[in-house]
Amino acid sequence: MPVLIDSSTGIMVSGITGREGTFHAERMIASGARVLCGVTPGKGGKVHLGVPVYDTVAEAAENHKIDACGIFVPARAARDAVDEASAAGIGFIVVITEGICPHDTLRFISAARRRGVRVIGPNTPGILTPGESKIGVLASEAVEKGRVGVISRSGTLTVEICHYLLRQGYGQSTVVGLGGDPVVGSNFTDIYRLFEEDDDTDAVVIVGEIGGGMEEDLAGYVRENSPGKPLAAFIAGRCAPEGKRLGHAGAIIEGGKGSAESKIKALEEAGVRVARVPWETAEIVRDMLG
Amino acid sequence: MKLFEYEAKKIFREFGIPVSPYRVISSPGEGLEFFRENSPAVIKAQVLTGGRGKAGGIKTASTEEEYLEKVSGLLGSAVKGFPVKKLLIEKKLDIRREVYTGFGIDRLRGDILFILSAEGGVDIEELAARSPSLVIRKRIDILEGFSPERASSAVKEAGFEAAEAEQITDTAIKLYELFIKFECRLAEINPLAVTSSGEVIAADARVDIYDEAAPGFPEFIKDESETELESRARAAGLGYVQLSGNIGVIGNGAGLNMATLDILTHFGGRPANFLEVSGRTYHKASEAIDIVISNPAVKVIFGNFFGCISRCDVIAEGLAAAAARGAVSVPMVISMRGTGAEEGVETLKKAGFREIYSDDIEAGRRAAELSRGGS
Repeated sequence: MPVLIDSSTGIMVSGITGREGTFHAERMIASGARVLCGVTPGKGGKVHLGVPVYDTVAEAAENHKIDACGIFVPARAARDAVDEASAAGIGFIVVITEGICPHDTLRFISAARRRGVRVIGPNTPGILTPGESKIGVLASEAVEKGRVGVISRSGTLTVEICHYLLRQGYGQSTVVGLGGDPVVGSNFTDIYRLFEEDDDTDAVVIVGEIGGGMEEDLAGYVRENSPGKPLAAFIAGRCAPEGKRLGHAGAIIEGGKGSAESKIKALEEAGVRVARVPWETAEIVRDMLG
Repeated sequence: MKLFEYEAKKIFREFGIPVSPYRVISSPGEGLEFFRENSPAVIKAQVLTGGRGKAGGIKTASTEEEYLEKVSGLLGSAVKGFPVKKLLIEKKLDIRREVYTGFGIDRLRGDILFILSAEGGVDIEELAARSPSLVIRKRIDILEGFSPERASSAVKEAGFEAAEAEQITDTAIKLYELFIKFECRLAEINPLAVTSSGEVIAADARVDIYDEAAPGFPEFIKDESETELESRARAAGLGYVQLSGNIGVIGNGAGLNMATLDILTHFGGRPANFLEVSGRTYHKASEAIDIVISNPAVKVIFGNFFGCISRCDVIAEGLAAAAARGAVSVPMVISMRGTGAEEGVETLKKAGFREIYSDDIEAGRRAAELSRGGS
């Protein structure tokens, strides 16, 4: 079974009647997603895109068995929307919304953590299991069913990497966007561990970028738990200028992590091959899988 | 959104964090009376960068002559490339001990981190790397908050004596309140000075507010662009960073843009900028051309587009519009695929673009070749 979502996953769309929500929920349904219902406060009782709309998540959860939800509401409403979904017992929440203040993210992630709820995002292109289901905005036509799992911090670059994988003949089991915000609910290690357990995934590709420490964290996990699944990486931003920062707290917290060199070194020391340009990632997968 | 020291100290005062009396001046004639009452004084360049002391942005003066000389020397100068438009003048403290205290975000764990060290000062990062035990770190769950008990026990753990411990605890609690109220990426005092008379005073103030929260604090919104072009791009709603090479770069998506810099460098090219047209700005490709081409170093433009949410046909229309008004005055290499690419490529061909590729391997190689004077 693919990771996180498949054709049987019952999905709720938060913000379904909005412009973004409507546009993408329609495409989700077209890619096979089992969208059961939507929520928009004040629009309860309507039918939109063929599914019922509720005023609250609690009402939606009373009427449907919801496994996962996608959040498409505007940034200022996102914290309440995520809190409502995790309080209603929805176990998996994908936050597409961009522009959320990271303090709000800290709050809804903390609440979700206590409830044992998995959060992906915010500012994520979402998750896509080709031919089965999707939550979010990834272009279904850019991927094909296959046996390589992809985890990425980027949006467009994810599609670029899938493009080169397909060219080498490798489709995707599931594509997971972690989100581009400073604080996100799930990191590389969390999702890599799911792919490790997945019988339908032969190899995993991670698409990282400069900033933060989640690539180094994965490297630490891989070093301690080898041999795991074959893993290839691309880290974007090797040639990007270093950001200027104010103060020392960030540097003390990250302790030298964050640069492309730090990430590449940590991964290579853990035995992971790191591509220098996007298309090399697919060549590494070909070398690993034959 | 970074705050100048004088802005941060203003909110420190509002939150009851002790600071020395200070004046902010922007012309050499100002502040003389304040100086006379508070001499010897420290004169600090107001720039949005760290390490300004080491870069010569902080001076002391004990006579009027010295004051006038240092003030006119600093105003209008540049510290680490940042123009000095304002100075903060404050009474020089008799510092017995420099303490570090600050709050930041642990991105990986999704928590706030309280950091405290009895050995503050400019080398705190080295100290944290070399002797981590001298730098206390406490994880804070934002929903639980930072209790006075935890603050007080961390201060004890850092080895402060009772007399100063209470004041440092109090300062830490107030700094946390400020960190939350202003939705900060960082709030930091380094040094937090313990004076020889036993007072605890914030000798510096660093506050960085998340951009997403900035609309709530309009008095601090400023243009942090470092070049005129960056400022123009910002006004147009485009993310642009100027670099030192000669290949102008336009792409959709921050990740793909960063990868584009890596690709060009891989082929021996040197990017002149980073420019993102995506999300809400993807229809602005025409304006993006103007920004990129305004950098006189640019000899060739590389447009790398993968249609996803942003559609290639819309981007192509923008590029065609730029070409129609003669704005594309250097060769442009374009890689275009994904959503809307077929239509987009047709539009580009009609607009007279010649160098169109379906992936960024050939396109990247070609752009690098043209930038070296190839034909």
